Amino acid sequence: MNDMSQTATGNPSVSIQDLDLSFGAVKVLQGLNLDIAEGEFLVLLGSSGCGKSTLLNCIAGLLDVSDGQIWIKGKNVTWAEPSDRGIGMVFQSYALYPQMTVKGNLSFGLKNARVPKDEIERRVARAAEVLQIEPLLDRKPGALSGGQRQRVAIGRALVRDVDVFLFDEPLSNLDAKLRADLRVELKRLHNQLQNTMIYVTHDQVEAMTLADRIAIMKGGEIMQLGSPDEIYNRPRNRYVADFIGSPSMNFMDGHLENGVFSTDELRMPMDGYEFTARQPGGPAILGIRPEHVVTGELVSGAPVQHEVTVDLVEPMGSDTLVWAKLGEQIFRIRMDGQSRVKPGETMVIGLDPSRASLFDAGTEDRL
Amino acid sequence: MANPATLGATGAAMDASRGQMSSDHHRGPRPKKALSRRNIMLYGVLIVVSLYYLLPLYVMIVTSLKGMPEIRMGNVFGPPLEVTFEPWAKAWSQACTGINCDGLSRGFFNSVQILIPSVLMSIAVASVSGYALSMWKFRGSEVFFTILLMGAFIPYQVMIYPVVLLLRNMGLFGSLSGLVLVHTVFGMPILVLLFRNYFASLPVELFKAARVDGAGFWQIFFRIMAPMSLPIFVVAMILQVTGIWNDFLFGVIYTRPDQYPMTVQLNNIVNSVQGVKEYNVNMAATLLTGLVPLTVYFVSGKLFVRGIAAGAVKG
Repeated sequence: MNDMSQTATGNPSVSIQDLDLSFGAVKVLQGLNLDIAEGEFLVLLGSSGCGKSTLLNCIAGLLDVSDGQIWIKGKNVTWAEPSDRGIGMVFQSYALYPQMTVKGNLSFGLKNARVPKDEIERRVARAAEVLQIEPLLDRKPGALSGGQRQRVAIGRALVRDVDVFLFDEPLSNLDAKLRADLRVELKRLHNQLQNTMIYVTHDQVEAMTLADRIAIMKGGEIMQLGSPDEIYNRPRNRYVADFIGSPSMNFMDGHLENGVFSTDELRMPMDGYEFTARQPGGPAILGIRPEHVVTGELVSGAPVQHEVTVDLVEPMGSDTLVWAKLGEQIFRIRMDGQSRVKPGETMVIGLDPSRASLFDAGTEDRL
Repeated sequence: MANPATLGATGAAMDASRGQMSSDHHRGPRPKKALSRRNIMLYGVLIVVSLYYLLPLYVMIVTSLKGMPEIRMGNVFGPPLEVTFEPWAKAWSQACTGINCDGLSRGFFNSVQILIPSVLMSIAVASVSGYALSMWKFRGSEVFFTILLMGAFIPYQVMIYPVVLLLRNMGLFGSLSGLVLVHTVFGMPILVLLFRNYFASLPVELFKAARVDGAGFWQIFFRIMAPMSLPIFVVAMILQVTGIWNDFLFGVIYTRPDQYPMTVQLNNIVNSVQGVKEYNVNMAATLLTGLVPLTVYFVSGKLFVRGIAAGAVKG
């Protein structure tokens, strides 16, 4: 099943083959392979320094690769100029040309490509309509707000009529509310245009909400490539499990034997858990998401029950985060926002093995 | 009967009322004393220092407006009893340097002929070099830049004679174009540094966006980078105008007497040994020579400060 998601079905829109990139002795990307399907929204997700922006710059042609190939629309573009690759790019800092009007910004690339005047007019008008920036066309970027600037930046990619859109953390410079608004707009834009989009972010909410598939990167390698659902529910290794989800997953070191996971405190038969291979044994790590812990009346229905002591409570309105102690281990539990618990209380929680994740203690890969 | 609790309470109340006396009405900005010791020191020093610099200028202006008899009376600081512009006219068109007696005007036009092409060429070459070194990094570009920078630290005296040989072999020795070339080359290290650092401070994403938009080396320079760089162009212009205008050494070495720049001619007028020392003419000649850099400073001072600050932000 994992192999299925590695290779996109049909002709890939963008295909990256054995890509290497090093700056001097530092190897940033190593033997990276990635196929992106036509019309797919792929998010490259990872913490800073994981190589996601570097990969995007390689696809755009702004960085020369050390080895490997990049294909866009069935054409080998490894040595092509950025403007000849059929890509449009949106940057975090907008990168609008400050001395040109919005219209000048939108038409700069088209003028360079010697597109006829009336065609430029037509495309600028269409992009302005799609992005609702028509009233701003004669303004300079300095007179625009952050959200408007980012819209113009998207428009600059839009007018080029390209197959592939590249986004380099386009929403990171906006405030939280605007970011949420523009996120929805981007999703709508993708539904409308059906272009291939590659989107770099470190924000997992953006990744989960926008992506058809997410590639989680670490140290220049793709840790897992899959649908948001798959990445959330079946993380391939401990790093992915820890990275996705907020508050992050609870991990417990223990031992797996005959389908039963046990620690000093807890004994958990893994009934209903889908093992990736035949049932293994040995030292293992159990991961349980805070939101998959049940409390209150639902506990009786859970396969495994255990008692914990409440240590700290963080009410957040929509839900409440409880920091509890399961033996000596800190255990995060996400409860309904209206539940009233106090530090020092004990309560019973219910755990469901079918929603948990098991990792090998040595390799940290999913079991 | 001494009740410790009451005593304590009274103590607290007293503290509170004292607090009210001293600070409870404080509100808004803290008042500043106009005649604080700090201000007196600050402005005192500023006034003394500016007098120190302005006094010679004052003496020069006053002297240049006096006739020789009045100067002989010896009152250096006194204002002119009878204002005359004759020394200025004489300095401009009659003062003698060696055999020529057509004043500073010849030097002025020589200097202009040297200045304009030197400034334009050095800025044109340096801005493109700085742009290439910051945006289009190539293998060895950092080494190249370091070598260029080292040029700024080599004393000119070391290079005078080699440059003479070089110019002679190129057939440019003693000509204005030779001097223009020398000024252009010697302006490179500092100007390239200035431009490179300024361009490096511009967001690199702008450059990337322009490349995605299909702009090439020159288009990015002329359409995107140069229009954003007015302040640094002004700084470079001021540095070059004042530097080249005030140059004496290269002017006296690499040109012939009839092409001497204004500074060299000024020196020849002031230091001529025959006849009486015409202090008023000398002062007027000096002021005339200094007029060009002075004007440049006054006209573009604000842009200059802005550009220097912009260039200094990031290395």
